[in-house]
Amino acid sequence: MLTFILKRLLIAIPVLLILIVGTFVLMYTAPGSPFATERGIPPAVLANLEAQYGLDQPFIVQIWRYIVGIVTEFDFGPSFIYRDQDVNDLIGQGFPVTLTYGVWSFIVAVLVGGTLGILAAVRHNTWLDYLAVGISIGAQVLPNFVLAPILVLVFTLLLGWLPGGGWQGGQWEYVILPVIALSTSFMASIARISRASMLEVLTSNFIRTARAKGLPMRRVIFRHALKPALLPVISYLGPAFVGMITGSVVIDIYFSTGGIGQFFVASALNRDYGVMMGITVLLGALTILFNLVVDILYAWIDPKIRY
Amino acid sequence: MLATKAIADDLAGAAPIKGRSLWADARARFFRNKAAVAGLFVLVCVAAFALFGPLIATWNYEDIDWTVLGNVAEAGRPSLENGHWFGTDALGRDLFARTAQGTQVSLMVGIVGALISVIVGTFYGAVAGYFGGRIDGVMMRVVDVLMSIPYMFVLILLLVVFGRSMLMLFIGIGLVSWLDMARIARGQTLTLRNKEFVEAAVATGVGPFTIIRRHIVPNLLGVVIVYATLLVPSMIIYESFISFLGLGVQEPLTSWGALINDGAAEMNNGTLWMLLVPLFFFVITLFGFFFVGDGLRDALDPKDR
Repeated sequence: MLTFILKRLLIAIPVLLILIVGTFVLMYTAPGSPFATERGIPPAVLANLEAQYGLDQPFIVQIWRYIVGIVTEFDFGPSFIYRDQDVNDLIGQGFPVTLTYGVWSFIVAVLVGGTLGILAAVRHNTWLDYLAVGISIGAQVLPNFVLAPILVLVFTLLLGWLPGGGWQGGQWEYVILPVIALSTSFMASIARISRASMLEVLTSNFIRTARAKGLPMRRVIFRHALKPALLPVISYLGPAFVGMITGSVVIDIYFSTGGIGQFFVASALNRDYGVMMGITVLLGALTILFNLVVDILYAWIDPKIRY
Repeated sequence: MLATKAIADDLAGAAPIKGRSLWADARARFFRNKAAVAGLFVLVCVAAFALFGPLIATWNYEDIDWTVLGNVAEAGRPSLENGHWFGTDALGRDLFARTAQGTQVSLMVGIVGALISVIVGTFYGAVAGYFGGRIDGVMMRVVDVLMSIPYMFVLILLLVVFGRSMLMLFIGIGLVSWLDMARIARGQTLTLRNKEFVEAAVATGVGPFTIIRRHIVPNLLGVVIVYATLLVPSMIIYESFISFLGLGVQEPLTSWGALINDGAAEMNNGTLWMLLVPLFFFVITLFGFFFVGDGLRDALDPKDR
């Protein structure tokens, strides 16, 4: 087990390096300068600016400095647009917000989706099953950027129950709509996956044996069926996590929550490459880490998997 | 003796028995599935709207109706009289024509993205699965590495750095979409590779790439087609997401994501049709693809037989 974790961590390092080098090359080859304005800057000023940010150095030196900065000091460099802030400041500002509604969405998606799927499978071909399938199909065609306007339309404009945007330090009424918008499609996927795998488990031989020896249904489901049925759900958690991080872009734009996605898009539109790269690398690292956690969890729960 | 002769005569007299191919079977199963047929019908309607909508529209998708501009909430309502059947957008452009044009873009992105993934992913997966061993290990490790990159951010990065264009969008979407397909194709190939007909082909001296092309890939088609129909909606969602961020197709061209975004931005002004019209097409198309995909899976699933 330990060697497996170590091996996976060792693989993660080159992946991260590839990501950093890749984004850096993209930034380096990008036409135009982040300092270019419509009126143009005198060449001397431009040269000074570039020297200040180290852009006049050869490519290898620049990329080496960038990687060293990240590895040794966890420093993602300066922002090219916000002169008084560097990338770390911006990330430190936005990341807690993203994390708050991200974690809530994750919990909601797993709990509601899992329960819905398991219930639907246990009550197969009853109204409950049809309802669950209906909900999960409906939620599938409503990705977060479609659901967000609908939610605002219903709950803010028509009913007036919840605020349609803002964060206010994470008060609960500001968190609800972002969480619903972000979690719904993942909830639907989790419900679908857990229903399918629970149905398969419930028709398998060991469940029949458990019921044949007279165990009550409740015990059969909780003791015997639940664990193998949830395995495919766990392997979906990795992609779901990535999706939620990506979804934060929409949530931040739509609800003005001020999370990390907002900075990402703003920097994309401003050509603030430093911020873009910082966020891409940070989220890439998180993604890799989370996939690793999921794999370890998977190996821990499923005794058939040996590393 | 007599009885057997009678039976033999009967058999000889009967019409020659027609074999039912796997595909004919699957087609029959598919058309028995009402949800799938309904989905197919919806998709045909949407495609027809995309193809012929611009022809029957009374307005061009980029022309501004100056009589409406400035009073869109009143004069821009959907009406039959002034030719704006779906109303106009905030700039007074005809929403019917724009939706038709956006449908073209979204459908095209979905289908091209799925096509790239089918072609690249199937061959990649088939090659990796067929050769196995170290080649397989390296090829699949590459897929793992690419999968652990937050592609949406990289795609946005690409679009910003190299400028927004249709081509870049296709390249970006194509870069990531084939990964899942490669895994699926590889898994199937691993079981196909040990079948007798492959062994027979090897024994008669057929080269590995010919075997992959002639024997492995045709047998993968069922799985690939099912997955591809489920891939089209996710490609459409990607593109809409990018357009929603304002990084997709350039004005005056549009797509569902851009239209939904525009409509959502105008929500406070009482012009709900701007949101609801593109939303309607988006939702029914995704429903259509999901139902057709499910129907195809049921029709082509060998477990069902």
